[in-house]
Amino acid sequence: MISLLISMWQVFLHAFRRRVTIQYPERTDYLPPRWRGRIILSRDPDGEERCVACYLCAAACPVDCISLQATEDARGRRYPASFRINFSRCIFCGYCEEACPTDAIQLTPDFEMCEYDRQNLVYEKEDLLISGPGKYHDYNFYRVAGISIGGKDKGEAERESPPVDPLGLLP
Amino acid sequence: MSELRNIIVPLITVFGVIIIAMSMAAGLIWLERRLLALWQDRYGPNRVGPFGLLQVLADLIKIISKEDWVPPFADAAVFVVAPAAMFIPTLLTFAVISYTPGIAVADLNIGLLFFLAMSSLTVYGVVLAGWASDSKYSLLGGMRAAAQMLSYEVFMSLSLMGVVMLAGSFDLRQIVEAQRGLWYVVPQFPGMLIFLTAGVAETRRLPFDLPEAEGELVAGFHAEYSGMKFALFFIEEYLGITLISVLVSVLFFGGWLGPLLPPLAWLAIKTMFFISLFILLRATFPRPRYDQLMSFGWKAMLPLALANLVVTGGIILAAR
Repeated sequence: MISLLISMWQVFLHAFRRRVTIQYPERTDYLPPRWRGRIILSRDPDGEERCVACYLCAAACPVDCISLQATEDARGRRYPASFRINFSRCIFCGYCEEACPTDAIQLTPDFEMCEYDRQNLVYEKEDLLISGPGKYHDYNFYRVAGISIGGKDKGEAERESPPVDPLGLLP
Repeated sequence: MSELRNIIVPLITVFGVIIIAMSMAAGLIWLERRLLALWQDRYGPNRVGPFGLLQVLADLIKIISKEDWVPPFADAAVFVVAPAAMFIPTLLTFAVISYTPGIAVADLNIGLLFFLAMSSLTVYGVVLAGWASDSKYSLLGGMRAAAQMLSYEVFMSLSLMGVVMLAGSFDLRQIVEAQRGLWYVVPQFPGMLIFLTAGVAETRRLPFDLPEAEGELVAGFHAEYSGMKFALFFIEEYLGITLISVLVSVLFFGGWLGPLLPPLAWLAIKTMFFISLFILLRATFPRPRYDQLMSFGWKAMLPLALANLVVTGGIILAAR
């Protein structure tokens, strides 16, 4: 009997506690930089697209919401001709970001992307591509990759030694 | 002129009581949600209108615009009648309560008996609703409601007999007048506790909401109801809370008696206190098992009510 009264009193005391609710549209909670929200395509520090259209993100996507078409520019660099993410399917798992070898595709701390029309949730490349480098400010895939590409031969990248000549006789 | 007055004044009283009782029931929906939120460290509805007060209006528009649907397997006639069969007796009881010395719809000299009779009648609504729905959860809920309300009614009426003996009347106005010296909560404290417990069970409120028991019976006896028919059950529940709160204040806490403030304000303050207590009970306690509920009623509350009755009677007899 006494314990009932005590528990009633303690529940009553909750009236004077701090509220846990965050009055959302007026106030927003802190979202960490690694928050998995709206997906973007980033550019490298030189302002060129990072995406090399390798299809790994589309392959990693468990709900198949990413579709893209690869093509090559005059220097022989691959880039996506079109890049489409259907956000009405996306589950924001971040596997695309993990799969990406060039840090091009990234998830951002933005979740306010409601639409009245479902079709508006399909984001095209011009909606996804941003002008900055996203989370990785200095990373440029072509400067560290070992492949030869228009304007950069093998062995000319940063911290890279010239390739071994397999036919040479010297050790 | 006085004939016109004899017609108009009762009409104003009747419609005033109905309108206030109904708007209390509607407002309690808001109050309960805000208070429960308060005790759960939340805010509750606070967007629609000032303090979220217009939430009630939004709920009303929503529930009125819903389809009035009777399940094809239900017993249609009884299904439709059941909500009204529950709602009307509860509303009728408001007629016999005397709110102030002057304001009462019917100053019955058997007011308390009338209340007890009407509160027994509400059982029919629950049982019929559960039966007519032709669904196992509804039937279980209706069955539980019948057993629970009948057994709690027994000592609910017994607990009030102490008050009746002290006041020497079933008339609610005379009971309040008899409390001018001392509120009956002091000599009848066990009676007050028993009546409050039975009142919670009578209105099927948590912790005695076994007829509804969302976790096990979907929604109990009104699981198949929707739209305005469901709203009648809902409003009846809040009317019941208001009724029990008014009665506790009238029978044990001196009704309109109190210094300074006008009589009606005192009754309103006391009633609001007990309504909040009802909601605090809901915020605090879990639901007991069905057999625990029954044995609590028959093995603890009934003997206590009887003992209270005997001791009160004995003291009155000895003092005479």
